[in-house]
Amino acid sequence: MVEITIRKRPRTEAVITQRKFFKKTARGKVVKVLRERYLRDDVACGIQGCRECSTEIPEPLPFSGSSEHQLYPNGHYLLPDTNVFLAQMDLIESSLFTPPIILLQTVIEEVRHRSLPLYNRLKALTKSEDKSIWIFYNEYRSETAIVREENEIPNDRNDRGIRVATAWYNTHISLTRPPIRGQKQTPHPTVVLMTEDAANREKAEKSGVTSSSVRKYVEGMKDANLLLDLLAADGSQEIEPTKAASGRQALYPDYLPISTLLAGVKAGELHQGHFNANQYNYLEGSVPVPAFDKPILLVGRENMNRAVQGDIVVVEVFPEKEWKAPADEVVDQEATLKNDDAEDSGEEGDENGEEVSVKESRVLSGSSSQKPPSERQPTGRVVGVVKRNWRAYVCHIDNTSLTSTLTTSLSTQTVFATPVSRLLPRIRLRTRQAPILLNQKILVTIDRWDATSRYPEGHFVRALGRVESKEAEQESLLLEFEVPYRPFGKAILDCLPPEGDQWVVPPKGEFDVQNIWREREDLRDVIVCSIDPPGCQDIDDALHAKLLPNGNIEAGVHIADVSHFVLPDNPMDSEAAARGTTVYLVDNRIDMLPSLLGTNLCSLRPFVERLAFSSIWELTPDAEIVSVRFTKSVIKSKAAFTYEEAQIRKDDPNLQDDLTNSIRLLNSLAIKLKAKRMAAGALNLASPEVKIHLDSAESSDPIDVEQKELRETNSLVEEFMLLANISVAKKIEESFPQTAVLRRHLPPPKTNFEKLQDILRKTKGLSLDVSSSGALAASLDICVDANEPAFNTLVRIMATRCMLSAEYFSSGSVAKNTFGHYGLASKIYTHFTSPIRRYADVLVHRQLSAAIGFTPLHATLHSKSHVERVLDVVNRRHRMAQMAGRASVEFYVGLALKARGEQAKVRGEADVKEEAFVIRTFRNGVGVFVSKLGIEGLVTFKRDTQFDAENYTITVPGAKKDVKISVFDKVIVRIEVEKDKNTQRGKVKMTLVEPVDSSAL
Amino acid sequence: MLNAGGYRSDGRRQYELRTISIDLSPQGSGADGSASLTHGLTQVNVCVFGPREAKMRSQTYHDRANVNIEVAIAAFSASERRKRGRGDKRILELSQTLKSTFEPVIQTSLYPRSQIDIYIQVLQQDGGLLQACINATTLALANAGIPLYDFVCAVTGGVHSTSPLLDLTLLEENDLPNVTVAVMPRSGKVTVVSMETRLHVDRFEEIFRLAGEAAKAIHVEMKKSVRDRTEQLVASMQSVGRPPTGVDAGDEY
Repeated sequence: MVEITIRKRPRTEAVITQRKFFKKTARGKVVKVLRERYLRDDVACGIQGCRECSTEIPEPLPFSGSSEHQLYPNGHYLLPDTNVFLAQMDLIESSLFTPPIILLQTVIEEVRHRSLPLYNRLKALTKSEDKSIWIFYNEYRSETAIVREENEIPNDRNDRGIRVATAWYNTHISLTRPPIRGQKQTPHPTVVLMTEDAANREKAEKSGVTSSSVRKYVEGMKDANLLLDLLAADGSQEIEPTKAASGRQALYPDYLPISTLLAGVKAGELHQGHFNANQYNYLEGSVPVPAFDKPILLVGRENMNRAVQGDIVVVEVFPEKEWKAPADEVVDQEATLKNDDAEDSGEEGDENGEEVSVKESRVLSGSSSQKPPSERQPTGRVVGVVKRNWRAYVCHIDNTSLTSTLTTSLSTQTVFATPVSRLLPRIRLRTRQAPILLNQKILVTIDRWDATSRYPEGHFVRALGRVESKEAEQESLLLEFEVPYRPFGKAILDCLPPEGDQWVVPPKGEFDVQNIWREREDLRDVIVCSIDPPGCQDIDDALHAKLLPNGNIEAGVHIADVSHFVLPDNPMDSEAAARGTTVYLVDNRIDMLPSLLGTNLCSLRPFVERLAFSSIWELTPDAEIVSVRFTKSVIKSKAAFTYEEAQIRKDDPNLQDDLTNSIRLLNSLAIKLKAKRMAAGALNLASPEVKIHLDSAESSDPIDVEQKELRETNSLVEEFMLLANISVAKKIEESFPQTAVLRRHLPPPKTNFEKLQDILRKTKGLSLDVSSSGALAASLDICVDANEPAFNTLVRIMATRCMLSAEYFSSGSVAKNTFGHYGLASKIYTHFTSPIRRYADVLVHRQLSAAIGFTPLHATLHSKSHVERVLDVVNRRHRMAQMAGRASVEFYVGLALKARGEQAKVRGEADVKEEAFVIRTFRNGVGVFVSKLGIEGLVTFKRDTQFDAENYTITVPGAKKDVKISVFDKVIVRIEVEKDKNTQRGKVKMTLVEPVDSSAL
Repeated sequence: MLNAGGYRSDGRRQYELRTISIDLSPQGSGADGSASLTHGLTQVNVCVFGPREAKMRSQTYHDRANVNIEVAIAAFSASERRKRGRGDKRILELSQTLKSTFEPVIQTSLYPRSQIDIYIQVLQQDGGLLQACINATTLALANAGIPLYDFVCAVTGGVHSTSPLLDLTLLEENDLPNVTVAVMPRSGKVTVVSMETRLHVDRFEEIFRLAGEAAKAIHVEMKKSVRDRTEQLVASMQSVGRPPTGVDAGDEY
């Protein structure tokens, strides 16, 4: 039994232990809140071998601190204040930064209050094994708890608290290490307060506390040279004031105070939303807000006012007569801003700045005045940023920004880093390692963006490796999409079965020590097989079907029983929840679960007994469901087919064995199921999927790209998975109406389709009925061009882009009439069939298992807020994983093209040419889609063309006469991979070959 | 709620109860017994009148005393000012719970045809209202000299994710599933289990046991206060005839 105690505190303590404050409720009422706290003397200092504090600490700080710093030879502990974590997280995270750190509770709370992402990073840091960090709960220790004094602002109170704690530590250390008679007294280590606030330092010194600024501290460290680069720009200011900072002209308007912003948003005068940059035109962005159907357009640098992709901004909308339509021009910031100098851009009166603004204003004015009013969008300007969403970005150093004389020197210089993503502005950073970093992919964080500076300022985080080396490209891809890719830690691997890959299903009966067979159905004799893509290692589904005596058919879907191995609330489970999904890249896979489970114990391999979760239906020959039941089971798959093998087997009339017949049976049912689904209005959408052929497993050099082929058996598996998911969704929603994990796809707003409808009407005379998913499906079916079979696919791809993405949700958090899945035309849907690679499926497994009374439902799955929180993460990871996968394909397509181009050159042929469709027209170019490669490209013309925005056509001067190109036209493009001279990054460049050769344009 | 270092929002650990202060000196005019009790920032005053002659014929029983409990919650007791009338559902429910708790504990059969009135005044609320009411009522009854079979000691237990917590504050009570358990420590019998939130079955038993144990810790505290008070009274009775000392003067009127 645990020890239960009563915390006694005398009445006289009330002054320090009770806290009174007034709070405004959501309704605007002011309430008085009184809280108390219990101060204690047993909050441990965390130093190894301290005689006063408890000794059972898992990872204490070293007894004599760290003596590696030259300023503190007696050893020291570091005690950073809040601003250090807010501004210099990259420094603290660096593996070279190793002093023992004391982290105060006050600091943690303040960090959490100021920035949640940084708080999460800090939390991860305290858990990591290579850092020695002790959290000291100073607010609960009687000596260090302080009370806010009259007229003291919270900030000052916290600073004082931090100083008091530092002083306490110093006395604590000297008190617990009294001099021993006869022994020479060794000097005590000091606790160093690290703060950027000079006033705070001064006060600290006055009260006898050692303090240091970040820069001064880092300069005395071993690896000062490398670490100094990690310092955020914030810190550098007071050391070397930038030249004539006061004389600088503000390039951007100042932000309004936050209270004005909030009041404005509340009153409806201002609008709040996420800032989206335009990837074709760096001078344009948009902010979708609920008040308008169309997003608010921001034109020009001043109006975007230092917003960066993903920030939450507040926008003021101009009067309606100043509204503009988006420009139809491609504006590349590298081309326009080529000559900008990193050292002094943005300073008063420099010619460069003038030149840039002249160029930009020309670009802006040339565009949209003659646009039809129907295309005008609400236009406005950013007046404030509510929340920055800055993170580390993958960049290249622009080598033109290097001062040429200094290309080999190691002195500090200012350079530009160009982010890989086209949505981001160039970042200015100061580094000592510029020459080394050229031709490397590096991570850069934005620190601030002053009104006087054209570009944001950032600092270097770390180098990823050489451009175009596979490791660097892959890592940068994972970082760019925030995919967690570190190997699984020990705590996680400890959750695996101790038998490792020797684990087998125990024989039924008395040898079944763990009682695995309890209530499990024995389906080992059923003829089950799995059908997957070639080379699939994580087989999570298998199927069977057989005729019943009454003429009906029994069909079963067997899913790997992952929830048997992944138990709720253990480290493996939390890691899987944080990863959310397995990420598939062309040459790699980032697993959600350790591979022992994913590719072995859970994978339903043939000829071995495996645990499964089965869903078994009785269906009439017309595929009507008679009954369904769910059970945990043990199966023994009889075969693992690829789609192709299964297809061949099914089509071979000579084969009459049970396995083949059951595939035929499944197929006949699947055809009927699909027909029913289509009749109900399901959409048949298309996305450009391509397959990369790799040379061999080791070198993984891509040879060629081809489009994925779809067979009848693909559809067979798909239909049964859909059926299983829908059946399971119904069951868990019925059992857990508040917390069932479901998936939905909201119908897209009609305005999303407006542009596509307009294009179709004007260029092809076709119409698209978007009133419902069924109507859309029907009208997509008649969108055909007799001469062009690929046209239909193209329209489908473009229609898919107009839709919203599907999402997971908890059934209690949204209205029941919004459960539907638009694309599948199903009233309810969930994901049940791939628990090895998706975390939502694991949750669904647990809920279904509880619904059939197999296991009780874990407490966390009863809490709506917990389920919502987990699903938010899973949804985000899911989106990121998709984008990462696509980006990986794109990268390999690029490599394949390069390889193909070189081969062609060897054979003496001309360059790579492919058929493509025009999908967008700009004033100075066209966007094309190469269906064979599944890539989109941009063809730009330097010379002006005649552009008809109304009819989506441009007229290009040809060899003999002018040629008109409109959207959906088929063209032939030449595809080359060329390296950007400045950043060394490979770029796919396309030029038109037919109907006109655009290389001269 | 419960941070990585194992501290709750007010600096307590999982199994630590808030400070208890008990004042058994007489309050109000002519109450036969009274108690003022605080659990942290929750404060309750209880006055007991009786056993005395029943006011209404209809409510007299020929074989036992009638127990009448009235609860009043001060408008200023919570952070938001709110007046609750006598007919308020929550108050009625609370007094009903208390009544059914104490009826079997008081030896009512000793006082046929009489009435025992218990007036509870809630002065400050910070979680654990029922717990405070039960503990204070037990003390007031003991102070009034009404024979009880045993003390009734109550405590609230909650669960944060999977770790149990004891004696919840209002902040914790609003966010966590919780259960109030009252036991008679000598016999170990459970007299009240009240739960208004959903609590997982697997967690229930653990918390239930823990709350039972915690109630015993509270019992020690309550018994001590009753004993101290009695000793003080005895001491002052022995000093009758001598001029009263300053300390005792307040208790004597």
